[in-house]
Amino acid sequence: MKKLLSLALASAMVLSLAACGGGNPGGSAAGNPTGSGSAAGDKVVKIGVFEPQSGDNGSGGKQEILGMQYANQKTPTVEIGGETYTVELVYADNQSSNDKAPSAAQTLVAGGVSIVLGSYGSGVSIAASDTFGDAGVPAIGVTCTNPQVTAGNSHYFRICFLDPFQGTVLANFAKDKFSATKAYCLAKQGDDYSVGLCNYFMEAFGKDNCVYETFPEGTSDYSSYVTNAKNSGAQVFFAPVSTEAAALIIDQAATQSLGMPMLAGDTWDSNVITAAAKGKDVDVNVTTFYQEGGNPEFDAGIKEWINADATNLTNNNGNDEVAAVTVMGYDAYYVALEALKAAGSTKPADVMAVLGGVEFDGVSGHIAFDDVNGDAIRDVAYVKHCNTETGSWEFVAQQGV
Amino acid sequence: MDLMNTVLPYLLSGISVGGQYALIAIGYTMVYGILRLINFAHGDVFMVAGLIMVYLSASMPLYLAVPLMIALTVLLGFLIERAAYKPLRTAPRMSVMISAIGVSYLLQNLALYITGGLNKNYPTIPWISDPITVFGSPTKRVTLITPFLTVALVIVLVWLINHTRVGMAMRAVSRDFETAQLMGIRINNVISVTFVIGSFLAAVGSMLYFSNYPGVVPTSGGMPGLKAFVAAVFGGIGSIPGAVVGAFIIGICENIIKGLDIILQAVGVLKEPLELATFSDAFTFALLIIVLVFKPTGLFGEKTTDKV
Amino acid sequence: MITTRKKTNLISLLLVAAMLALVIVLDQVIQPTDSMSMLLKVLQKGSIYALAAVSMNLLNGFTGLFSLGHAGFMLIGAYTYAILTIPSEVRDVVYQYYDAAIRLSFPETLGNAMGPVGTLLGVVLAIVAAGLAATLVAWLIGLPVLRLKSDYLAIATLGFAEVVRAVFQWGKLGPVTNGSNPLKSFVRINSFQLKLGGTTISLTTFVPVLLATVCIALIVLLVNSTYGRSFKAIRDDEVAAEAMGINLARHKIMSFCISSFFAGVSGAGMAMVLGIAQASNFKSAMTYEILLMVVLGGIGSISGSCIGAMLFIAASEWWLRGLDSGNFLGINAPGIFRNGFRLVVFSVIIMIVVLFFRKGIMGDRELPDLFKKRARKEAAGK
Repeated sequence: MKKLLSLALASAMVLSLAACGGGNPGGSAAGNPTGSGSAAGDKVVKIGVFEPQSGDNGSGGKQEILGMQYANQKTPTVEIGGETYTVELVYADNQSSNDKAPSAAQTLVAGGVSIVLGSYGSGVSIAASDTFGDAGVPAIGVTCTNPQVTAGNSHYFRICFLDPFQGTVLANFAKDKFSATKAYCLAKQGDDYSVGLCNYFMEAFGKDNCVYETFPEGTSDYSSYVTNAKNSGAQVFFAPVSTEAAALIIDQAATQSLGMPMLAGDTWDSNVITAAAKGKDVDVNVTTFYQEGGNPEFDAGIKEWINADATNLTNNNGNDEVAAVTVMGYDAYYVALEALKAAGSTKPADVMAVLGGVEFDGVSGHIAFDDVNGDAIRDVAYVKHCNTETGSWEFVAQQGV
Repeated sequence: MDLMNTVLPYLLSGISVGGQYALIAIGYTMVYGILRLINFAHGDVFMVAGLIMVYLSASMPLYLAVPLMIALTVLLGFLIERAAYKPLRTAPRMSVMISAIGVSYLLQNLALYITGGLNKNYPTIPWISDPITVFGSPTKRVTLITPFLTVALVIVLVWLINHTRVGMAMRAVSRDFETAQLMGIRINNVISVTFVIGSFLAAVGSMLYFSNYPGVVPTSGGMPGLKAFVAAVFGGIGSIPGAVVGAFIIGICENIIKGLDIILQAVGVLKEPLELATFSDAFTFALLIIVLVFKPTGLFGEKTTDKV
Repeated sequence: MITTRKKTNLISLLLVAAMLALVIVLDQVIQPTDSMSMLLKVLQKGSIYALAAVSMNLLNGFTGLFSLGHAGFMLIGAYTYAILTIPSEVRDVVYQYYDAAIRLSFPETLGNAMGPVGTLLGVVLAIVAAGLAATLVAWLIGLPVLRLKSDYLAIATLGFAEVVRAVFQWGKLGPVTNGSNPLKSFVRINSFQLKLGGTTISLTTFVPVLLATVCIALIVLLVNSTYGRSFKAIRDDEVAAEAMGINLARHKIMSFCISSFFAGVSGAGMAMVLGIAQASNFKSAMTYEILLMVVLGGIGSISGSCIGAMLFIAASEWWLRGLDSGNFLGINAPGIFRNGFRLVVFSVIIMIVVLFFRKGIMGDRELPDLFKKRARKEAAGK
């Protein structure tokens, strides 16, 4: 009896293998506006979306996807080699986890994508890099700022600035604006993004003037770290961590009256942070890729699109504030289209060959790749400050190194 | 005096989180005392209580949401016992423990599915979330309330166990499962009551914990659950006062370790930071191993020969 | 009787050889961009998990010691392997924030001295070192901890794994472990290629499958030896085993060390498959998953653990993926089949197995037993 049932279980699994394995291993996209329901005979080109939709960086990843979906909805087709192709976005959730990232990447590769966009968060991009490299599929990093993503390989490109640049900008900002001489830096253990950015910040700020601490994964009690910052005599609190942790840190900082400005990188440029800081006595400053209002036409369009759909609104954390990562996702989609056009083919190898030479005037500025690692040539970051009364971002300065 | 000002905030956080661990630890220690089962799912019940509160408070006022949340958590604890542990009553202990791990896995994955893997903001409960100042250290009122509430609940619980029929039955069952059964005690009812009490305390604990650290994710229950279990072992498993004392000690030590670099530098013992904060979680487990090896019955545990 | 046993052994050996040959063929036929390439990924990851599950089964199923420290030993193995195989030219890139303390790379040093054979030998040595490092730590922790029984042992080993994870993430050990940052660029499975004349034969999937097969074969030999019988005796009745003259302490620690050795090797294999080694991946959740694989396959059955691990990995990484992305078995329901549903379905299946099929797929039997039984039945029928 038991053997029979276990056999039945096993055969059910094998059946599902037949259904999934033979059919559509990448899975069709949930909530994809164009969908795979396009008319038969249409040529389809697949773009992989390698983003976290759950875990620590889930909300950031979802905002980045929104930009790609909006762009996909605006421009659902592309001319490749004289023929019109429908663009299909294929999604894989890397769960913000370095050990889940390679298999998520493999589902994209096996799904036959021509190019991959992502990810939000550097660690998952680094972990999945080899999978893309082995298969010869090019990838465009959207907001992964750690230098190691593109260093030493020819398939990973990126359209955002890098941490050595961002860290220096932040260190200079801390010195100039707040006349800080000592900084408290907080990173998450094993997180390439926060550890890397803290490291470059400290290099620019002066290592001896920094107190550096890390917290383990799954921490929710930040009270002692806030106490450490207060006791250390620092004048700025630098914590470029994920938005999940950031919301808790801001809450704790307000509770314990931290009494010093908080600084962070691009991850904090999210309405999760403004919501957490609203009505609290905290001074939050971030560097980012784009300032809302930089392109009013784009802003209006995407706000209307977000408000029109309840799912989109939820994915954007309940309001229509445009996050910089959404803009970057939008631009990344168009860079991918440009690459496909230039390649004149949907073969990943052809796309990879031309990707380095692609240029595009995006909403976040002009995008071009350098020859060394395929990094974006960018020399400007926007500094924003959180208005805790209205719960929204205010533009402070446009800053280079 | 200066040192006192440096150390006090860590102590406050430690006492507060210790009280919250204590409320979870009682659930572990009572279940272990009766069933000899490490209920791995208990920490996840604590997390689910947090999520239930998040969803309830979105649709109803707090004075309704809080009792309903507690009721639902208690129901969950009851159902878990009936569905996952009762069928295995005669099975080897290892099977029951594996079942507990399976339930924990299921609850976490369910939470992942329902929340979409995103952080859920815990509602602000007025009064207990208000900021206050204790000896010059700003904190939330819940920090101050937690230890008192914990101790009050424990006193009620100890009274319940020592002076009521069901309490007597519990003591009998934990002393000798089979004899108690022979004496006509309805074992299943007693076990259910144990799970109900444990879940009730976990629900209260979750309210206090998440008011302090207002973010709920599917893995929120894991670490507090494990630490509470260590607290139960440290205090002597099966002993309620032991679990409470153990929880406070662990809560305080953990927070002191997070600040140990700063404290030692302030005292002048250390010149360079040692990054000791990395060990704030590991310390708890190192303590566990040491206790198990050198004093397996814990601080207040009864001396029995066949336990370890 | 002896001849039938020999026959079974021979058949098993032939089957294993055929399986390995098939894997090599699959490696050549399936390209990474094919939709079937998930099969290769499942085989790679599944075989490593199978080894991990079998090594846990050796302890939990055969010796009756309920240990939950597996992730800790795998972590030690993964780091040892990674540190010893990072080529010197990329070492400074990998240790970007630290000054690397260990600059020895086995495959490189031996490769320079002996050519390709040396490189291979270096990798093998690094894998053995990974196992030995885990064994050493297991021996140290086993001395005090193995005196504990059942759930106390479980919780102590679980705690031990957490301590190991924290130690490896400690910033002050950064020059060795790279702090909490990942180790990468070491020799991974994709590095294995056989060049015969003009053609290149990819061994990407063959290597992990071979590694797992060899190790599992060693464990099978051990289980069938006198030591294996002593382990089983301890599991069934400690007092009786002791009365029969089995040295409890010695056999327990032996089982613990051997299990940890193979856990360390599987950790090295995991690093080779993932191409990245990072302490934060080796959480207690990993131990639980391996335990569930063992339970799924049947506690006390080696072939069961292999089947359990393969089913677990294939279901979670491949077959059930559709449950997460809106389309499964042709049913399109993005509202229900959204992110995380796969894991819910999966954990429900596991709970059903745990509650209603406590013996798992194989119970404590092995694959050859099934055939034997059938043969006996047929004989009886005649």
